[in-house]
Amino acid sequence: MSEHKIDLTVNGHRHSATVEARTSLGEFLREGLGYTGTHLACEHGVCGACTVRVDGVAMRSCLMLAVQANGCAITTVEGLAKPDGTLHRVQQALKDNFGLQCGFCTPGVAITLATVLEDNPSATTSEMEEAMSGHICRCTGYQGIRRAIRQLAGEPA
Amino acid sequence: MKPAPFDYARPTSVAEACQVLADAGGGATVIAGGQTLMPLLNLRMSQPFILVDINGIAGLKGVSRADGAIRIGPATRQADALKDATLAQHLPALVTALGHVGHYQTRNRGTVGGSVALGEPAAEMPAAAVALGATIEITSVRGTRSVKAEEFYLGPYMTVLEPDELVTGISYPEWPEGHTVLFREVAQRTGDFALVGMVGALALEAGAIARAGIGWFGMGPTPIRARQAERALVGKALGEIDVQAVAELAVADTAPFDDHHASAEYRRTVGRRIFARTLRETLDIRSAA
Ligand code: FES
Ligand code: FES
Repeated sequence: MSEHKIDLTVNGHRHSATVEARTSLGEFLREGLGYTGTHLACEHGVCGACTVRVDGVAMRSCLMLAVQANGCAITTVEGLAKPDGTLHRVQQALKDNFGLQCGFCTPGVAITLATVLEDNPSATTSEMEEAMSGHICRCTGYQGIRRAIRQLAGEPA
Repeated sequence: MKPAPFDYARPTSVAEACQVLADAGGGATVIAGGQTLMPLLNLRMSQPFILVDINGIAGLKGVSRADGAIRIGPATRQADALKDATLAQHLPALVTALGHVGHYQTRNRGTVGGSVALGEPAAEMPAAAVALGATIEITSVRGTRSVKAEEFYLGPYMTVLEPDELVTGISYPEWPEGHTVLFREVAQRTGDFALVGMVGALALEAGAIARAGIGWFGMGPTPIRARQAERALVGKALGEIDVQAVAELAVADTAPFDDHHASAEYRRTVGRRIFARTLRETLDIRSAA
């Protein structure tokens, strides 16, 4: 068993810590740094709840080790809204369209949609829906999320 | 923490990685994207003493083209390969298959080499390597060897890789510009492993098929090359192909099994249909052109 010193930024804040090699990034964000917005459910890459942005790219934080995030810039759901509390347009769209119920899957969904739109501000409904295949939502039946996506794509709900 | 404890090494060269693998005497596991390994670690189905992270080895990333072959570094992210201009132009069959690997989020971290080296029989990358005639370059402290993809896979998740060996490159022979892509898979949900799938390429010359490479996934313990179907196609003019008979031959080379998702008979039936439909669509388009 080995321990490793890592430095990384989360939502623009710098952090240094010592982690056991087997600690996942998701667990480290929650338990080590207190970013409990990132949710862990299956912890084997199936549900997408744990999705965060690593150096601008959306990925599953349960399928990456904290030690591998050394030197990386992470964005979690806490980093989406403006400091004054104004919601990110993805969060607003989910809210407007009942795109969440219990909210467990929502941090991952929001990160994925925000990242797709960041890479391509004119992403189409089908491009966003394609990326949504990596998320499981047990509440909404997906229709609210799809309405939110249509709103984000500028289409009639 | 879900995994059993392990040490972690992040070598910066192939030589260093191979040394760690050799010193571990079989107790080391290589991690690239980790999109399959991390679940196995979390479920404690894999319990290595040391994890060798190859993401810090610059030479194992990227796509290059030389001497009639296209070489992909094993640690190249699937999402990067999907956007690669060289692959789009010269190996579109691989790009098509890549689009079906996992999900957006897993392709962002998963690697081409990880999928090829793992040898999941229902995955797209091993079948594409077999179909397109790829060669897998393997390195250890004992030296470097090359193995044809067709001889690389021994069974589900079983390959000829020894515990001290590392996949250091995957080379695909070039296919002529404008070759035709064959791809179809049937899966229960987007991103799931396929129940049945086929991938391949056809090169045409003067209205006849000059070269064919076709592989199956989900149709046996390993990816399987449809040799009999390839032989039946090569040399034939487009108009004289008996699609149904070729599909029959293609399925004859498979060895599907029953599992809780589908029976062997179902896989054969669906395989025959998707093969015939894909081939017919391709030939129709080509004949009309
Ligand atoms: S917790 Fe990571 S995918 Fe489910
Ligand atoms: S809102 Fe409850 S799981 Fe998606």
